[in-house]
Amino acid sequence: MTTRYDAIVIGAGHNGLTNAAYLAKGGLDVLVVEKNDYIGGAAVSRELHEGWIYSNCSYVCSLLRQSIHRDLDLTRHGLMIVPYAGTTNFSRNGDYIAEYTDQAMRYREVRRHSLRDADAMVRYETDLMRYAKLIRHFLLRTPADPTSFKPRDLAELVFMGKKFAGMGAEQVYEFIRFMTMSAGDFLDEYFENELVKALFSTSSIIGTALGVYSPGTAYVLLHHVMGDVDGAVGAWGLARGGMGAISNAIAGALREHGGEIRTGAPVQQIIVRNGRAVGVALDNGEEIRADIVVSNLDPKRTFTVIMDRNDIPADLRKKAEHFKIRGSSGKVNIALTGAPDFPSLPAGHPLRHGSFQFLDTMERMERAYDDWKHGRWSEDPFIEMTQSSMWDPTLAAPGHYFVSCFIQYCPAAVQGGWTPAKRDAFGKTVIDQICNYSPNFRDLIAHMEVRTPYEIEHEIGLTEGNIFQGELTIDQLMFNRPFPGYSQYRGPVKGMYLCGSGTHPGGGVSSACGANSAREILRDLRRPNVVPEDDVDE
Amino acid sequence: MSKPLDAIIIGAGHNGLVCAAHLARAGRQVLVLEAASQPGGLGATREFAPGFRASVAHTLPQFGRKLVADLALENHGFRLAASALPTVALCPDGSGHITIADGTLSGACAADTAAYKAYQALLQKFAKAINPFWHKRPPVLGSGGLRDAATLGLFGWNLRTLGKTDLREMMRMIALPARDLMDEYFHSPLLKAALSWDANVGSKLAPRSPNNAVIALLYRMSGDLTGGLPLASGGTGGLMDALAKAACANGAGLRLDSPVAKVVVEQGRAVGVALASGELIRAQKIVSNADPKTSFFQLLGARHLDIQFTHRIRRLRTDGYVAKLHLALDRLPTFTGLAYPGGRLLLAPTMQFIENAYDEAKYGGYARRLPMEVLLPSLQDDRLAPAGQHVLSALVQYAPYTVNGGWDAQRKDFLDNAVASLAQYAPDIRDCIVASELLTPTDLEQQFGLTGGHWHHGEFALDNWWMNRPTYGASQYRTPVSGFYLCGAGSHPGGGIMGAAGSNAAAAILEER
Amino acid sequence: MSPMVRLRASRDIAHIHRGIMPTPFHSRSSRLNLNQQWSQWNGFASAVYYADPQLEYFATRNTCGVFDTSPMRKYRFAGSDAAAMLDRMVTRDVMAQPVDTVAYNVWCTDTGKVVDDGTLFRLGAEEFMLCCADPGYDWFCLAAVGFDAVAITDISEDLAALALQGPTSCALLKALGFAGIDQCKPFQVMRFPFGSGRLLVSRTGYTGDLGYELWVQPQDAELLWDELFTRGGVYGIQPMGDESLEMARVEAGFLAPDVDFHGSLHTVERGHDHSPLELGLGWILNFRKQHFSGRAALIAQKESGNYRRLLKLDIEGNKPAQHSILYADRKCATEIGYITSALWSPVVKANIAYGLVEAKYFGGQIWAEIYHQKELRWQRKVARCTRVTKPFWAPERAKLTPPPDC
Repeated sequence: MTTRYDAIVIGAGHNGLTNAAYLAKGGLDVLVVEKNDYIGGAAVSRELHEGWIYSNCSYVCSLLRQSIHRDLDLTRHGLMIVPYAGTTNFSRNGDYIAEYTDQAMRYREVRRHSLRDADAMVRYETDLMRYAKLIRHFLLRTPADPTSFKPRDLAELVFMGKKFAGMGAEQVYEFIRFMTMSAGDFLDEYFENELVKALFSTSSIIGTALGVYSPGTAYVLLHHVMGDVDGAVGAWGLARGGMGAISNAIAGALREHGGEIRTGAPVQQIIVRNGRAVGVALDNGEEIRADIVVSNLDPKRTFTVIMDRNDIPADLRKKAEHFKIRGSSGKVNIALTGAPDFPSLPAGHPLRHGSFQFLDTMERMERAYDDWKHGRWSEDPFIEMTQSSMWDPTLAAPGHYFVSCFIQYCPAAVQGGWTPAKRDAFGKTVIDQICNYSPNFRDLIAHMEVRTPYEIEHEIGLTEGNIFQGELTIDQLMFNRPFPGYSQYRGPVKGMYLCGSGTHPGGGVSSACGANSAREILRDLRRPNVVPEDDVDE
Repeated sequence: MSKPLDAIIIGAGHNGLVCAAHLARAGRQVLVLEAASQPGGLGATREFAPGFRASVAHTLPQFGRKLVADLALENHGFRLAASALPTVALCPDGSGHITIADGTLSGACAADTAAYKAYQALLQKFAKAINPFWHKRPPVLGSGGLRDAATLGLFGWNLRTLGKTDLREMMRMIALPARDLMDEYFHSPLLKAALSWDANVGSKLAPRSPNNAVIALLYRMSGDLTGGLPLASGGTGGLMDALAKAACANGAGLRLDSPVAKVVVEQGRAVGVALASGELIRAQKIVSNADPKTSFFQLLGARHLDIQFTHRIRRLRTDGYVAKLHLALDRLPTFTGLAYPGGRLLLAPTMQFIENAYDEAKYGGYARRLPMEVLLPSLQDDRLAPAGQHVLSALVQYAPYTVNGGWDAQRKDFLDNAVASLAQYAPDIRDCIVASELLTPTDLEQQFGLTGGHWHHGEFALDNWWMNRPTYGASQYRTPVSGFYLCGAGSHPGGGIMGAAGSNAAAAILEER
Repeated sequence: MSPMVRLRASRDIAHIHRGIMPTPFHSRSSRLNLNQQWSQWNGFASAVYYADPQLEYFATRNTCGVFDTSPMRKYRFAGSDAAAMLDRMVTRDVMAQPVDTVAYNVWCTDTGKVVDDGTLFRLGAEEFMLCCADPGYDWFCLAAVGFDAVAITDISEDLAALALQGPTSCALLKALGFAGIDQCKPFQVMRFPFGSGRLLVSRTGYTGDLGYELWVQPQDAELLWDELFTRGGVYGIQPMGDESLEMARVEAGFLAPDVDFHGSLHTVERGHDHSPLELGLGWILNFRKQHFSGRAALIAQKESGNYRRLLKLDIEGNKPAQHSILYADRKCATEIGYITSALWSPVVKANIAYGLVEAKYFGGQIWAEIYHQKELRWQRKVARCTRVTKPFWAPERAKLTPPPDC
């Protein structure tokens, strides 16, 4: 049996859905095929334990492009992004440092630890904001190919040059430095207090197989603070109903525009005939035909698993094999039957609702990374614990809590391979760490789901369990993402495209990759563009 | 003073001498002031034990023919002791050493040998494209100056001439950590470690550190003296003496044992220097071959600079992570499985081994077994040691400037580790040693006036490179204080015995009227 | 290996103060703040007004008013390098500043953009106090890089301060027994024994009128307040809040950070910060002294003449031009700048404002597009603006020593 569509999108992650929604909006007859029985990829809400809804992969969002939210009318499709406030970072001496959202409170809190650093925060935040505002111009644009002489690429380079120059010469120098340096060195230039530095450093290695002192991590830090919620740069939000609400809303928009989704339909291969993509073959042998095939899978999986070696240039295959997509993170998702006690925070303190971290020096983070280098999970892991249900009453019954723990570092491969026993040992390491700061935490656990990179890869299909579909290092950013020469979403054969986080602008629940890719596809089909070009930032 | 001085050069390191020679050649009255009693700075050949001599900087991969010709260095006694030292990656068990010589491998598997050809060819292409720019003043953004815009344009053009495929590869490769680069090309862990060595040596970086490896490799490929790894006759000091002679022959003055205490500033302009002795010498231009921190904080003083500028100098990463070891040997040690130790020997079996040593140093410690680059220069030049005896000269990584407990306490232990690391490859080494000198970063700081003991005068990394070296506002050898210039390794293009910073600085000074 | 964590109970931790913090005068000022109208200034409660902002304003012009400036940030610079370090940081000549005087100063980035402004007290050969509205410790530390012998301390909380401003202020201080206060010249500092220690009096202020600032240890703060108000009744003393001070400072020609200029260190967008020349502060740029930060950039800007100007404007009509855009023509076709501060001046009887005008236009016609409300209904008018070069309010008494009526 052969069915036929204008376009097939492989993978119903949020970028695949966004891509499909825009193709459908652009007038194409679109089908999304998804291997799992549910949609959303890594943006899902699943009831893994009765009565608790788990956002078991991605857990917060700030990069989701507001213009896409508005353009696809996602609110009508059920999406509400709720900002959440306050990260508290506990230290081993029993104290903590909190990142209040209120500026005056934040100032006083940092001042409690260091007068100098409290004052230096202005300088730090201003510099980061400047870089964030610069980068945000490029999120919903296709990167220029610097090796091309095409008018469009040259125009894009000029656009880029103008935005750079708009910062002023000094800031261009600073930005060049910033893009290539380590987060540790960057933070050392502003702050003196270890706890303050530790607090700000955590964004620099989330999902990244590097340490805080590895060059290039300053950009990763920016990647995590360049998003916004309603114009509040650096703010993070939760999707009401869990991260699946984002995928479901985009799927709603897709369906409204006439698109279809088939779940439980793993793709075996992209079919290429005479140098162009003509459809996909499913694992069950079924073939579906389409002139356009878009892969939401990561570049490595796309080019080494679902495309035949003979269908793609040899150098591309090599690039895909060399593509850095390293698992470095774990997740432990926990259903609690009560609110855990953190003795240093008084009952009723507003910080109790925020997210928690347990890191008092960057050195601890660096040492955690050293473990990863040796193929071990960190003995003293970094944990970001988001108490999602404190902000979202739909996730658990009153008095019950869902908390999502993100852990750095956890390798994709451990010696002898991952086994359920090792996975559980990893989970125990994490719970032990939390219990250091919350003695009653363990007693409140009703259920927990431990996910090493192994689980993430096998459930979602992210190679090595890398949450960004590829490291956010300069060799894989902008016009280098995923590979130089392939940064404009087009694959090696006609009609074949990429739309996942492995493309520009990279990881995070942004929808930007999917949208940018759709824009390029519509352009190739000479159809009018229906995809927002830029975020309004007045 | 007979005639008023046009320029004073502070420091007779090789860049200071090159700068002085160029200025003098152009007819300027130049005086070089050197704190030590011999010229050459890190390149000086010093007697570290009776009859045994060595130079801290021991090879000349970056030195160029143009400078030799321009300054007629051969007329002033410059000779090579070796033109192309092979690099030998030593295998700990003595079997399977890999030798890299004349752009080919021996001792490696066929696949690696083939891969090396492609790898080397590509890197050479890249090196060729950017080579001219080591010898040009970096452009300045927003300066509007035609010459600088032209430099930037030429840079872009040179890259474009690589062609689409190679340029795309370069865009990606330039930011790769050494480890990823090596993993993409090679199989042999020993070979990977050896080829990664030049990407990180001297920096607070290791094989897993992104962004800086390739540019460092290309930088070390910038020399064209021989097409291989050259060694100066008389140690690197042989070259230093030739440079000093060339400078003096062109009319420059050189005063040794004359440490400068302060640069004298009058009405916002550098007008002279005050020596530690109290003597005051005036000149039109004051050129500092010292590192940027020393130049701006000690010699000039923050008083004469803007606040953010001083912050930018202060934040330069200048902690050294490499120590220099000199051993006086009463005979030639036997390196297991190596007939003749006449090359540059690399003691690092794997990249992970290097990474482990780095990980120790990150926290102020050092490894039990230390990665090393070892040379026996007396094999090429018998004047460096008494007859039949030998000098071993080694770079030892990683030796953190701020070592836990301080270097006074750790010196002996570190030396023991270094010797034990050597003994793994040359079991009889202990029996050969008659004297030793270990120069930790603290020693380098104290003996050579290098802040942090960093022999590149600050990290050689992309964030501190080209227009950002040492920082904008001083990246064209001019500084915010008129009459005060930089000519040292803290300026573009950076460290290594190359002389480019010195000649670029001279060109910038001569351009001014 | 899990880390050893020493758990502590919440009560053993010095959490940040929740809520607005009291100044050392709060026990007194809060009694007079009839509507409990407070703003937050550096975390401290600052009265918006006490009983009636209009009346409080007139006190500074007619009798005397007291403003609690304790939330002001105060920094001590001490050591043999202190003078040189400050001289290199600020735009005026610190080396030549006599002991026991005060100088209004700005400090700039390398590009000559204002980081902040404040008053610099020279309290000894090697001791200074710098007062500014916003925290600045980080910048001062950066400015001290390369100067070994200078210790910088934030003494904000160690010193309570009141501004006593108005024509009867000198007489009141004299009545309190501060002998010789009438000989205190503008920008001079005098010391008197007071309470458990001493009182520092500087003839400075933010109102442009005769006035003093009183600096006292926090434990003597209430005593100072009580004495002022006990003896001050016959001198017409009134507490002043933010609103009346704001009126007085605009009349006097003073700038407010984050109102009239945007501090360079927290400016994200290029060009949204300001040079002292743009702000009309050319008079405090001393290019003959030794180097100071931003000097080269400011000389270049001055020589180019091509920079915006913050102008004092007298605007026709009586509707304050707050938030207005400025144009070169009545038709509002050419936008040339915007208003930073504006109000109806009760003493001058003029509609006054500061407007930042682009370089090309500051010499020509200036029109303000003013929006104002009448019973909720918004009205638009375009009003002609006239440049004024002198402060709107600069009474002779502010400069005289001894002051009149004292």
